[in-house]
Amino acid sequence: MYPRAFHYHRAGSLREAASMLSEFGDAKLLAGGQSLIPLMKLRYANPSHLVDLNFIEGTSYIKEESGVLRFGALTRHAEIEASTVAGKIPIIHDCAAGIADVQVRNRGTIGGSLAEADPSGDWATVLITLQTEVRCQKSQGDRRVQLTDFIKDAYTTALAQDELVSEVVVKVPPKGSAGAYLAFKRSAPVYPTASAAVQLTMDGETCKDAAIALGCVGLTAIKAKDAEAALRGQRVTEKTIAAAVEAARAVADPQSDMRGSVDYKRMLAGSLVKRAIDIADRRARGEQVEAGHIYA
Amino acid sequence: MPDVIEKVAIKLTVNGKAHSLEVEPRMLLVELIREALDLTGTHVGCDTTYCGACTVLMNGAAVKSCTVFAVQADGAELITVEGLERDGQLHPIQKAFGDAHGLQCGYCTPGLMLATAQLLSQNKQPSEKEIRKAIAGNTCRCTGYQNILKAIQMAAQSIKGA
Ligand SMILES: Cc1cc2nc3c(=O)[nH]c(=O)nc-3n(C[C@H](O)[C@H](O)[C@H](O)COP(=O)(O)OP(=O)(O)OC[C@H]3O[C@@H](n4cnc5c(N)ncnc54)[C@H](O)[C@@H]3O)c2cc1C
Ligand code: FES
Ligand code: FES
Repeated sequence: MYPRAFHYHRAGSLREAASMLSEFGDAKLLAGGQSLIPLMKLRYANPSHLVDLNFIEGTSYIKEESGVLRFGALTRHAEIEASTVAGKIPIIHDCAAGIADVQVRNRGTIGGSLAEADPSGDWATVLITLQTEVRCQKSQGDRRVQLTDFIKDAYTTALAQDELVSEVVVKVPPKGSAGAYLAFKRSAPVYPTASAAVQLTMDGETCKDAAIALGCVGLTAIKAKDAEAALRGQRVTEKTIAAAVEAARAVADPQSDMRGSVDYKRMLAGSLVKRAIDIADRRARGEQVEAGHIYA
Repeated sequence: MPDVIEKVAIKLTVNGKAHSLEVEPRMLLVELIREALDLTGTHVGCDTTYCGACTVLMNGAAVKSCTVFAVQADGAELITVEGLERDGQLHPIQKAFGDAHGLQCGYCTPGLMLATAQLLSQNKQPSEKEIRKAIAGNTCRCTGYQNILKAIQMAAQSIKGA
């Protein structure tokens, strides 16, 4: 399958890439290409110009400094999976290691994933449970946008036409805080049917803070605020977990498709929240627990 | 639609051999490999980034060559299934797939062998779970995977022993 013909441009810097976007108008950026190339082959996306970011030096990195992790926009899922620095936040490792398959993870990037804002994409679901800022760059100047403001709707972000993602900045959670990300899928090279991200901050037996997000069950990742409230200030018991699960199910807003019916996905999302709370709680107590994508 | 599309000059190394070519930007890497270089061991199964039949190594990393543009391989080192053998001798991975009956029709096999090559370059002694994860992007419609697992374990043994 051939995409429609396009002009190809190789940007030398992110700034240049942004100015090419404004110069060419009908242009798209090419990062890992693992969303864009399939769409172009199906001719759902038909840009006249493609601006390749892959040859820009210094856009793929994971750095820890003054309480934050910085991910260059072109950092591949596989690099994050293999990174011990990123591994300090277990929920980030869960996410990176589970996206699609080895081949897709070798190409796909964190910046491209957030910019694509696919309702079933994993990164947004995970990163809204942490404090995440997206650095956005134009040919003149840049700005920082909270991830919760960055994702506007399905496939829609706060980026202007001539603006791109340069960096993703994640606040390192405090001591006693740990999370888990679980996604349920039919096989590796497909998006999940539903997913749940849970980050718990424990103070002894009490859950001081909770962040819970659901993926693939709405037009964007959904922050399950009532579920968070059910745990905040409480002990993590069967009863409080059940209340959180109930609240999570209530806020899920899935669509019926080949992956499952509305009711099925709602139930599934709740069950994933339950398991993720358990793992996050155990991890917060220092236990090593493996988690990630679950295959049917 | 833009009227005149400029071709792009690229240089790359495929199985150790240097090539300079001019390609249309929309040419997919798998097309470059199969059509321009006539290396037809790399297969196209789904053409939708699912099956992994088109897997090749690009700078050591397994990629689905139906989902990379040829222009993106400028400056890269590629290994396709034809590049696995050395001096007329099958690579231990190729030998193990044969010995363990890790293939039936063989359509998926080149892709699986290159996914295996990436795995074994990073992990000399993978567990069964690690093997399953490493080949999760490769679909086989014939074997039921059991003999593929055996072949990969056998290949790991023979590379380690070599
Ligand atoms: C078979 C398959 C299975 C997959 N399964 C999953 C899954 O389970 N979970 C998951 O999360 N993802 C999945 N993906 C998607 C994968 O993670 C993609 O890599 C990701 O969504 C897009 O990242 P990319 O770097 O490939 O972006 P590209 O495809 O290059 O770009 C995507 C879009 O973002 C724009 N863009 C790219 N980079 C930037 C930037 N820096 N600034 C602004 N705009 C930018 C592009 O112009 C384009 O519109 C899957 C993909 C495939 C092919
Ligand atoms: S042909 Fe490329 S993944 Fe199937
Ligand atoms: S051997 Fe036939 S598809 Fe794998």
